This record gives sequence, C-alpha cells and structure tokens, in this order.
Amino acid sequence: MATDIVFYFFSLITVFAAVGVIASRNQVHSVLFLVLTFFNTAGLFVLLEAELLAALLVIVYMGAVAILFLFVVMMLDVQFEELRQGAIQHLPMGIFVGVMILAELIVILSGVHLDHHAVEVTAKVSNTLAIGQVMFTKYLLPFEIASLILLVALIGAVVLTLRKRTGVKRQNISKQLARTRDEAVELVKVTSGEGAKP
Amino acid sequence: MSLNHFLFLSAALFTIGVFGIFLNRRNMIIILMSIELILLSVNINFVAFSHYLGDVTGQIFTFFVMTVAAAEAAIGLAILVAFFRNRSTIDVEEIDSLKG
Repeated sequence: MATDIVFYFFSLITVFAAVGVIASRNQVHSVLFLVLTFFNTAGLFVLLEAELLAALLVIVYMGAVAILFLFVVMMLDVQFEELRQGAIQHLPMGIFVGVMILAELIVILSGVHLDHHAVEVTAKVSNTLAIGQVMFTKYLLPFEIASLILLVALIGAVVLTLRKRTGVKRQNISKQLARTRDEAVELVKVTSGEGAKP
Repeated sequence: MSLNHFLFLSAALFTIGVFGIFLNRRNMIIILMSIELILLSVNINFVAFSHYLGDVTGQIFTFFVMTVAAAEAAIGLAILVAFFRNRSTIDVEEIDSLKG
C-alpha cells in the first residue's frame, strides 16, 4: 500500500539520521542530522493525521531548538575530537544497555495488537479544531502551567548567560537623568590675567 | 502500517538516544541532542497511540512534552555557555566543581 511505502521511507531516514546525530565526527553535521530527524518525524506525524503537531515540530523544533543547538555549536570553540577520546572504554557498556533496552522494548511491544482505528472516530473535525476544543477546556490549567514553564525557561536562560563586562563604557540613562545642576556645573568667576584655579 | 510499526520505530529511536549518551559521554552538546531524540521517540509513541485509539489526549500531552523539551534545551544550553565561559571546556567529566 502507498502509506506503507511512505511510512518505511520516512522511518528509515529517521533512524539513519538519528544514528548520524550520535555518530558523526562533525558537530555541525550532528545538528543537521537532528534537523533531518525532526523533519522526517513531522512526515510521520502527517501520516498519523496529527497535522498540527507536524507543523509545530517543523516550526518549533527545526526552527528554534535545532537552530539554538547550531548557534551554540558554532559559538563554542571546542576541540570535539578530543572529547571523543576514551569513549571506546564505555562502548561495551553502552552496547549492553542499548541491546537490553531494545530487546525488552521489542518483547513488550510484540504483545501490543491494535487494529486501525480500534475506537470508532465519532466527530469528524479537523485536527487543529479537535485539539483546541480539548486543550482549552479540559486541559486549560496544564496549558497555563506550560506557559509558565516557558516563561521560567526564558528568564532563566537570560539570567544564566547575562554577563557584566568590566571596562566597557555603557550609557546609564537613569544615572544621566538623575544628574543635578549642582554636581554637574560649577560657576567660576575668572578674573582676567590669572586663569581658572581648580 | 499498524501501531506496532510506530512503536518499533520509537523503540529504535529511544535505543539510539540512550546509546548516544554512552557513545559521547564527555560531550555535553551531543548528550543534550540524545535527550532530544529520546523525547522525540516518546512523542512518536504518544501520537501513534492517539491516532490508533481515536483519542486526541495523546497529542495534547505531546504538546506538553514539547514545551518541557524546549525549556530544557534552552536552559541546558544556557548552562553550557555559562560553563564554557568559566572553564573553556564542555567535557562532562570536568564538570565536578561541586563535588568538593
């Protein structure tokens, strides 16, 4: 079937891009592979009729989060090859944990059987409308809390990265406006031939 | 294309994410990206179940996962930049100043 082909296409690229994220030598390539993973997952979401989430994945993840990673990778002057030294001694443990997790997940997931649309869809409305109708009624409080989380992250990121440099002359507007005439201007009577005395 | 296909795909993504943390144990940026991969696999699970159960709640929860993931990435990278400014490295094994 056509959807099967589309599914295998997207999922194969997703898995290969995910492997590229963790295995590529170049950090910038890693971030670009991450973008590719997100994009193909957005395609899978469209296949699952979650169009709003697919759009959000493209806009928020690819447009904001991945670009944030890209900025940080390019800003930091790090020798990434050095960081890979000594990774080989953790490799057996990593392979062991990975294989165990994968095996356990496969054993568990093999027992799941759910046919297409096991529950009959009653109302045929668009995906965005359906999400909005539930999110702004039943899940209004979690929605507001999520916005608070974003606000905290915003302020926290600014506070963490804010740096007060010393030795840089900055304009201090409140200090300028608080100046009075007495401390700024001094009237000196200079008699001719003697010059101004301090 | 059944639910199991999506579940296996998300299992593979999750495993790749966990393996990535082991493979790049010293590079904090790749560890953060691996965490993003793990959260993405969770999102795929949520959306797949939401589709096959005909319940939109899974997609709502995916919103919240995305929110927390975005906040986590922003804070994590901010900490990373602040740390790099002080110590000129992003090696995870060097981040032990609080150990005493």
